[in-house]
Amino acid sequence: MSTTSKVADTNGGTAARSGKPSKVGAAANWADERLGLAGLAKKNLRKVFPDHWSFMLGEIALWSFVVLLVTGIFLTFWFNPSMTEIEYQGSYAPLRGSYISEAFNSSLHISFDVRGGLLLRQMHHWAAHLFIGSMLIHMMRVFLTGAYRKPREINWVIGVLLLTLGTLEGFTGYSLPDDLLSGTGVRAADGFVKSIPVIGTYGSFLLFGDEFPGHSIIPRLYIIHVLLIPGLILGLIAAHMLLLVYHKHTQWPGPGRTEQNVVGFPMLPVYAAKAGGFFFIVFGATALMGGLMTINPIWMYGPYDPTKVTAGSQPDWYMGWPDGLLRIIPGWTEVSFWGVTLALPVFLTVILVPTLIITFLILYPFIDNWISGDKREHHLLQRPRDTPARTGLMAALVTFYVLALFAGGNDIIAIRLDLSINQITYFLRAAIFLGPILAFWITKRWCISLQRHAKEQALHGYETGIIERSPEGAYSERHLPLPDAKQALIVGRERDQLLELEPAVDKNGVERPHNRKERLRLALNRFWFADNLQPPTAAELEAAHHHHDGHDGHELEAGSHDDDRDALVKGH
Amino acid sequence: MSDQSNLPASGDGAGHSRVPEPLEDQDVAPGLPAHVWRPTDVDPKAEKRAERQVAGLFVFSMICAVLFVVAYFSFSIGREIDTFLGFGASNLFLGLTLGLGMLAIGVGVIQWARKLMSDVEIAELRHPAASSEEDRETTLKALTAGLDESGIGRRPLIRNTLLGALAFAGVPLVVALRDLGPRNMSASRLEKTFWMEGMYIVRDVLGTRINRADLEIGDLVNGEPEGLVPNSEGHLPAPIGPDGEELRPALDHEQLLIEKVKSAVIVLRMSPGDIVRNPDRENWDVDGIVCYSKICTHVGCPIALNEQQTHHLLCPCHQSTFDLADSGKVVFGPAGHSLPQMHLAADDEGYLYAMGDFDEPVGPSYWERG
Repeated sequence: MSTTSKVADTNGGTAARSGKPSKVGAAANWADERLGLAGLAKKNLRKVFPDHWSFMLGEIALWSFVVLLVTGIFLTFWFNPSMTEIEYQGSYAPLRGSYISEAFNSSLHISFDVRGGLLLRQMHHWAAHLFIGSMLIHMMRVFLTGAYRKPREINWVIGVLLLTLGTLEGFTGYSLPDDLLSGTGVRAADGFVKSIPVIGTYGSFLLFGDEFPGHSIIPRLYIIHVLLIPGLILGLIAAHMLLLVYHKHTQWPGPGRTEQNVVGFPMLPVYAAKAGGFFFIVFGATALMGGLMTINPIWMYGPYDPTKVTAGSQPDWYMGWPDGLLRIIPGWTEVSFWGVTLALPVFLTVILVPTLIITFLILYPFIDNWISGDKREHHLLQRPRDTPARTGLMAALVTFYVLALFAGGNDIIAIRLDLSINQITYFLRAAIFLGPILAFWITKRWCISLQRHAKEQALHGYETGIIERSPEGAYSERHLPLPDAKQALIVGRERDQLLELEPAVDKNGVERPHNRKERLRLALNRFWFADNLQPPTAAELEAAHHHHDGHDGHELEAGSHDDDRDALVKGH
Repeated sequence: MSDQSNLPASGDGAGHSRVPEPLEDQDVAPGLPAHVWRPTDVDPKAEKRAERQVAGLFVFSMICAVLFVVAYFSFSIGREIDTFLGFGASNLFLGLTLGLGMLAIGVGVIQWARKLMSDVEIAELRHPAASSEEDRETTLKALTAGLDESGIGRRPLIRNTLLGALAFAGVPLVVALRDLGPRNMSASRLEKTFWMEGMYIVRDVLGTRINRADLEIGDLVNGEPEGLVPNSEGHLPAPIGPDGEELRPALDHEQLLIEKVKSAVIVLRMSPGDIVRNPDRENWDVDGIVCYSKICTHVGCPIALNEQQTHHLLCPCHQSTFDLADSGKVVFGPAGHSLPQMHLAADDEGYLYAMGDFDEPVGPSYWERG
């Protein structure tokens, strides 16, 4: 737009403005005249994002997915997903002359004959670990702080789907090189599919295109790995981000932070710089890992041969927990009846239990909501100690996961620690049931203890470690009130509301039907909340003050706090 | 607690009531804490220093990018690989330069944000996720108007046939997936292997037949049926029976892996006295030489670990353990049924051959296995 001309060069209603033109302004103007984005941008350019280290976990997942896309695109230029057997003639001497599949051949080519190829392969594999690991921990953060509550239930569901798809994406990915380890994994997958009642055998034929291994599995896994699942993940990530922006991020309670506001830094410049800069940090860290740390050395495993296997064959860690369950279930659970076989040892552990756990996770926000009967929106996060039963549930899930993961490495543990693999397995068969229950109980009681401690501090101040002797000779420790922010965190927390059973006869005198569902809900509600400590009431705070006044009746000077009158408590 | 007098008084002095008076937010929640200036906000020297740090990191990143190019072209890979401290030099320096270059950009930008950009926290109001009542009503009206005009409510015949058509429209897509699998998807295919009566067992790599005299007690040999191990020219031979007849034509290389998966066996010699004699398997061994499928009945891994003293065979994948002295019974682990055993015989010269195919399917369980 010429600034010397006063002739309107748009069909807009406002006159052309004079003044020094800015390049950014001109570009923004050009774009807005075609896209009309100013309306959207005005709200979002300075959108506020709260800051906390734990909000970074999801960012790691996001950026490692970008690293996966970038490195994955590079790898597709050289990888050949074919099971045709050819004679290896590449640089890796020990395998030269052996007959291997095109897929394995091109993986070796990437590793030994493409400059930077090994780096890209290792970055891709490390980024996959990072992607799934950060999603898992991000999910735990969201769970433990109650960030999945209304209105964010759908985003939680999307998150669980992303974790599931990410795991499948990882499995299809590490199966592609067609090396001995990955081939063993695919062989086991064939057994998993065959274990499905009624349709399993057909499933195996359809998946492999023939009897295992057939000639189709690698090309099929390839298109699933590079197109189908990444497309779904990309779409779900977009929805996840859009909902995040629409709901505005949750925030930790603190000074000035309420359910009605969001306190933090504006998107432009601070949040954009921090989040954008963080992409380069994740990318850089992945590149350093790819350069310094060997991962999946397929040349050492050799090509897949269905009659060979190595001891200590392990799937990637995120597949480890179903594999562990698969190892510890006793074989007698396989049953035959009416001429058919139900392969429960396999079906139960790698198909049914994971499906049930994923379903439970998807439904969790709605179950949680049903138990609490809470219909309000929540934007302030909860401290894990303030939801003892929920935190206990997560501890139980983590215990289950870790025990199952240990079971997946039972052979490694047996060798490294010189233990009997049978005894490890017998132990884990019991621990997988008892461990989570114990973890739930310990964690719940622990949280309640922390609540009790916090309440005591809120009422009576914190222990300063200063011991004083009164003129009468009595010793006491000086207590000081908590800083305002911390006090607010404890005192300002929402109370848990216990549900009451509706009277058996309603107000019109009609008897309600005996409702088992309601009773179950009530029992769960009690189990979930009844043991929790509630924040001190105004009356309790008042009483605590009077209590102190009665004992001391005089002010003490202590440190930098100027409102420390009433602070002294004598052994209570 | 200076604002103690503002707290609402509760009627219940003891504070044990189940539904106590909650505290009002504004009474206990202090406002945003006062902003604290950073050194870079008040000290021009510190500000300049931070500026130089950020720019320095960006320059460092550029240097790394150039070094990446240098490393790419100067280190050789492949047969004559350069090494540095035991690492492949190319991979190491490419990773280091790419990684440090990227990290420098990231650290630089974040340092810029932390030290030089405004660090004043601002607050923004939230709005309920739901639309306004007015919007909802308008939307509902528009929806109702649209549906009314379509007449979908008044014409159930059209509505129901449309739903039917849409349901049927999915059928071709599902049916078209049928040929992902082979023409013959009968489970009975899983019951048969390459083995047949009179087929010699050969060593899995060399392809040579196994003589009973070659095996000492405790020896274990991995075997395949003759015809599944390529000869020195890479061709698959036709299996020849004890009477010199061709048992079946030579196999196409395409089918090799599929047949190999099901036909792999292990041959083990133990003291004949150790074998638990099973009435229907009285003479399945030859002088204590037994033969079992090598494919685990759990999920199909090849079983590899032999405990010589106990005649137990352990699968390295999920630790199913089978007793080879007792019909391949499961003694530990998640496998649901015994390893299939092969009825062995030896010809006049002592070479081992099969008396027939396995009498049960090998490999993992499936529904139709029975």
